[in-house]
Amino acid sequence: MTEELLSQFYREMLRIRLAEEKLIELWHANEIRSLMHLSTGQEAVAVGVCQALAEEDLIVSTHRCHAHYLAKGGSLKKMYAELAGKVGGCSRGKGGSMHLFEPSAGVFLSLPIVAGSIPIAVGTAFSAQLKGIRRVTVAFFGDGAVEEGVFWESLNFSQVHHLPVIFVCENNLYATHSHIIKRQPNDQIASRLSGYGVYAETVDGNDVESVYEMTLKMIGRSLSGQGPSFLEAKTYRLKEHWGPGEDWHLGYRWEAEGDMWRKKCPLLRLSDRLGGALINQKNFALMTEQINAEIAEAVDFAKSSPEPEEKELYQW
Amino acid sequence: MVDRQLTYVQAIADGLVQAMEDPRVLLMGEGVDNITGIYGTILPSFKRFGPQRVIDTPLSENGLTGIAIGAAMDGLRPVLFHQRNDFMLLTMDQLVNNAAKFRYISAGVHKVPLTVVSFIARKPGEGAQHSQSLQSLFAHIPGLKVVMPATPYDAKGLLLSAIADDDPVIVLYHRALFEQKDHVPEELYEIPLGQARVAWVGSDITIVAVSAVLQNALEVAEQLENEVSVEVIDLCSIRPLDSRVILESVAKTRRLIVADTGWRSFGVSAEVIALVCENLYLDRKPQRIALPEVPAPATPYLLKNYHPSTEQIIEEVRAMMA
Ligand SMILES: Cc1ncc(C[n+]2csc(CCOP(=O)(O)OP(=O)(O)O)c2C)c(N)n1
Ligand SMILES: [Mg+2]
Repeated sequence: MTEELLSQFYREMLRIRLAEEKLIELWHANEIRSLMHLSTGQEAVAVGVCQALAEEDLIVSTHRCHAHYLAKGGSLKKMYAELAGKVGGCSRGKGGSMHLFEPSAGVFLSLPIVAGSIPIAVGTAFSAQLKGIRRVTVAFFGDGAVEEGVFWESLNFSQVHHLPVIFVCENNLYATHSHIIKRQPNDQIASRLSGYGVYAETVDGNDVESVYEMTLKMIGRSLSGQGPSFLEAKTYRLKEHWGPGEDWHLGYRWEAEGDMWRKKCPLLRLSDRLGGALINQKNFALMTEQINAEIAEAVDFAKSSPEPEEKELYQW
Repeated sequence: MVDRQLTYVQAIADGLVQAMEDPRVLLMGEGVDNITGIYGTILPSFKRFGPQRVIDTPLSENGLTGIAIGAAMDGLRPVLFHQRNDFMLLTMDQLVNNAAKFRYISAGVHKVPLTVVSFIARKPGEGAQHSQSLQSLFAHIPGLKVVMPATPYDAKGLLLSAIADDDPVIVLYHRALFEQKDHVPEELYEIPLGQARVAWVGSDITIVAVSAVLQNALEVAEQLENEVSVEVIDLCSIRPLDSRVILESVAKTRRLIVADTGWRSFGVSAEVIALVCENLYLDRKPQRIALPEVPAPATPYLLKNYHPSTEQIIEEVRAMMA
């Protein structure tokens, strides 16, 4: 992999990290008018997958959609304005943080009913197949979503019809405050799919290169008519389930576990890997500066974006 | 009598711990064993009765509903929790096709003593799939009972009745009521299902209120005290509907406003008005105060006139009295 590409990955992950750090600030400044599920710690899955996708490929996401939306090319301005409830938002404030979408970038939709967006993804793949369009759809979802029947129904259908869909499961070990071992027979989700014949692999979800390479392979299979794939990306949510803070005090997990995962932070990992070669001080400073400028502009955009007028309640 | 002031949430928790004294009762839901799970209503039961009977479940709402139905038919009394009633939409097949039907299609042989507890929210920012109020969907189905406690006293009493009932009962709590405080007796008490309550006595106009809107209706009655004599009825049960209390009140006032947390068309407010119009002549056209015919937007700027407000009800009362 070229250093240029790796540097691009780093930039994308940093953009998400910094964009969410700004959201925390905005939350405390009372500027957020929406729920907020942060992706901090999970950036490599979004970036690794989306960097492998082409512009016309589609993604669907969940309640935790910031990183997916941004990584696929969603507009930071529209995202901030959406969370601020303003007309500049991707749905003019109507949807809120859990319904981010951007048609021009292939962010098809995001839905907070767990697993609810998975069959929609399969539907777009079905449509692409029928229309003869060369395109894949990625469904992003959490480990909790595989407990829903609709996930298995979607998987089954997509395998029977060899649909170009990639199921990307971000296994961050928890659904809200419940550990996966309390909810599932084991924490190896991909291993349970073999009977379906779906190509399934597990990767270190905090290693953006592995995610990228595996996604490329899966896209290749889909586009050559070999049907769906399932990618389990092991990762970890560093913030609370929703909201700006951390939640070690709740007692469902321990900060020692968090510390271990902090060491595996996808950004740290990649900068270590690059050994300062590319991300030297100067490059890094420039990158940060550019991203911060984009963020500042997006904050201003959201702030100056008008509040929707009352009559909009009845529109659409 | 000892004054035992509990919040709405504490009253639910109190009722659950007492219900658990019956070994047939078990509690199931996502995150029930965590301090924040189901808003902390279940943690006291979990601490006391442990993970065997207070079960943290996978995210499998429809399957679990069927599982709870099976266990209920086989002699247990499961109480299934959903953090938000929007998630109950995933359970509709089991609830409507199965739970609601089994007593009837077995000529009374099967019983489904299942309780489903869920919560309605209306905070800005939660949006279209996290702040619905779906009581009328459930109440449409013969074979289901639906209650909506609006006070801490009822939060406990109706819950205990629901669990004791031999039919499936849906208990819908409202998060806007969480901070309400009330005297809640320590002992185990039940409030009959299907019974409404006169919450404020008056003679000029009847406001039938559902769930959290009761607070607005009571504010209206109080604020207009020197102007109009308002009678407020807390519906408590959506199905069965207490026709006696409603008709008695409206026979007296001959004016009716129904204020609901759900949508207007095909909703609880429409049903109450139909019931009254089938039985009584009114002096004024009855009015519904309910949600406009659109999903809930997330942005607070569009929510200003979305949920029923005290001002809106006052306006309607004045118009009707004019
Ligand atoms: C059908 C449904 N049930 C319950 C919920 C409440 N809920 C929201 S997020 C969540 C946990 C999801 O866990 P996971 O899929 O692992 O995603 P993560 O939050 O870890 O990213 C739950 C239970 C919901 N939104 N939809
Ligand atoms: Mg998870």
